[in-house]
Amino acid sequence: MAVKAYPALLRTGFAAAVAYRAEFLIWMFSTNMPLIMLALWAAVARNGPVGPYTQRGFVAYYLATLLVRLMSGAWVVWELTMEIRQGTLALRLLRPLHPLVAYSAENLAALPLRGVIALPVVGILLWSARAHLGHDPFLWAIFPVAMLGAWLLTFLVMAIIGTLALFLESATSLFEAWLGISAVLSGYLIPLDLFPHAVQRVALVLPFRFLLSFPVELILGKPARGDALLLLAAQWGYVLLFLAVLSAVWRAGLRRYAAYGG
Amino acid sequence: MIAVEHLTKEYRVHRREPGLRAALRSLVRRSMETVRAVDDVTFEVGAGERVGFLGPNGAGKTTTLKVLSGLLHPTSGKVTVAGEVPKERSTSFLKQITLVMGQKQQLLWDLPPSETFLLNRAIYDIPRAVYDETVDELTKLLGLGPLLGKPTRQLSLGERMKCELAVALLHRPRVLFLDEPTIGLDVSMQATVRSFVRAYNERFSATVLLTSHYMDDVAELCPRVLVIDHGRVIFDGALGELVKRIRPDKRVLLRLSRPVQRRDLEALGTIVEHGEEAVVLQVSHGQLQSSVQRALTQLPLRDLTVEDPPLEEVMRELFARGAKAEERALPATGVARGAEHTDGAA
Repeated sequence: MAVKAYPALLRTGFAAAVAYRAEFLIWMFSTNMPLIMLALWAAVARNGPVGPYTQRGFVAYYLATLLVRLMSGAWVVWELTMEIRQGTLALRLLRPLHPLVAYSAENLAALPLRGVIALPVVGILLWSARAHLGHDPFLWAIFPVAMLGAWLLTFLVMAIIGTLALFLESATSLFEAWLGISAVLSGYLIPLDLFPHAVQRVALVLPFRFLLSFPVELILGKPARGDALLLLAAQWGYVLLFLAVLSAVWRAGLRRYAAYGG
Repeated sequence: MIAVEHLTKEYRVHRREPGLRAALRSLVRRSMETVRAVDDVTFEVGAGERVGFLGPNGAGKTTTLKVLSGLLHPTSGKVTVAGEVPKERSTSFLKQITLVMGQKQQLLWDLPPSETFLLNRAIYDIPRAVYDETVDELTKLLGLGPLLGKPTRQLSLGERMKCELAVALLHRPRVLFLDEPTIGLDVSMQATVRSFVRAYNERFSATVLLTSHYMDDVAELCPRVLVIDHGRVIFDGALGELVKRIRPDKRVLLRLSRPVQRRDLEALGTIVEHGEEAVVLQVSHGQLQSSVQRALTQLPLRDLTVEDPPLEEVMRELFARGAKAEERALPATGVARGAEHTDGAA
């Protein structure tokens, strides 16, 4: 049933994204942190490269970061916590379709619109920092899979924390905390290879890297083919792990909901 | 169609006094309390019946509807709806029921209702021909024509409720749970919703279980009512029967062509209202015939009507009796089922 209904869910989700285009644009423009970081690091790199990054290198890094961020975005945590608080989750539970499947379609359906807005970023990236982009077609071939993995991880983390609203009143603050840590450890603010070695070693195995830095590294052609495959496997390993966690949290949450009411 | 046996539903809730000190204390130790929202409730509803669920706020009406629709699990007792166990929430069960909550909406806020219709067609896997026929029928019954293309947020409350009902019924559910479907609607819209629910019930032989604060909804729609108070069913039967048991007196409304002295009226019954042109009397059943006769012969009448007392009053009295019974600490089991028990307890 879910598979059959998915196209209709995507279509409605797209219609909703179009209806919300003004909010959408504002959200897009508020996603400007990579540009601020770019201005900062470009100034620092004026007198010589910082680690492996020249000025152009930073341009490539942060534009790629912006691109990946725009195309891997989801918002299910806000929707889920609001619907749990207002009790409208009940209406979703009454339909013969898993609410998380419906949420995933709604979030995924916004991607084409995000793509339209991300296009100029791609244009600027190609125009200003082409030399710093990867040339290996193999890395480009696995890039879409890594992007899908990054989107799924983003969605799953949000869904897990959103579902916690069935237990906690402070699920959104928990998400803010996650965002804060993620901004540092996913390479959103600072490229991971600029961290001290000890921090790097930790950051490279945590899930945060696979939300953002990994696809960015592919765009920049950084990993060797073998490493890229290992990283992809690790990313999808995290996807499966988070899926299992979500499924467990969801089931426990619903049991609690069924016991106490919405 | 619906069978409920000894259903009990308890919640555990946090309890905290107001104020800063209590807030700090609750950081360390949260005191929990068990609340019994539904207490040993048993009833059955046959296919095609329209049953009204009455009771004051917090009586357990919505909790029962949520258990029946599978959202809440019973603490104890057995529930079956359309031959299925609701708490399992199987696809076949969910396709047979609908729950409309007057204060919550499933229509997508920024899109026209037609979008939610199409979405539900996919979710409920409704065959094209059936969908087209149902939409046609619902559009006619509810006058949805001009509304379907407007964004939901631009619809008035009444228009939205009509679309909300339509979208909840697209899959032709056999069991309708309606929780305050007319809340906030004006009188004519309430009437529209009522006649629609009745038409749907007759057309599809659907079972309807309805809660409402508007007694008119219940009086017009439901040949049978279940009265619930403090989680217990205290009456199960026809509405007229309930009125007769709780308030056997009739109301006699007199319209006069000139004012009448109070003492001339006192002989006919208890005076409820005494105006220059209109008088309302309360008259016991046995005295009714003679009082009407005397009024017709002795008073300067323009018009005379005999009515049951307003339902709101009946309900107020019923719940007041329940409260009194509790104050006197009579065993609560005494008011378990049927008005005989209620009368006994009061």
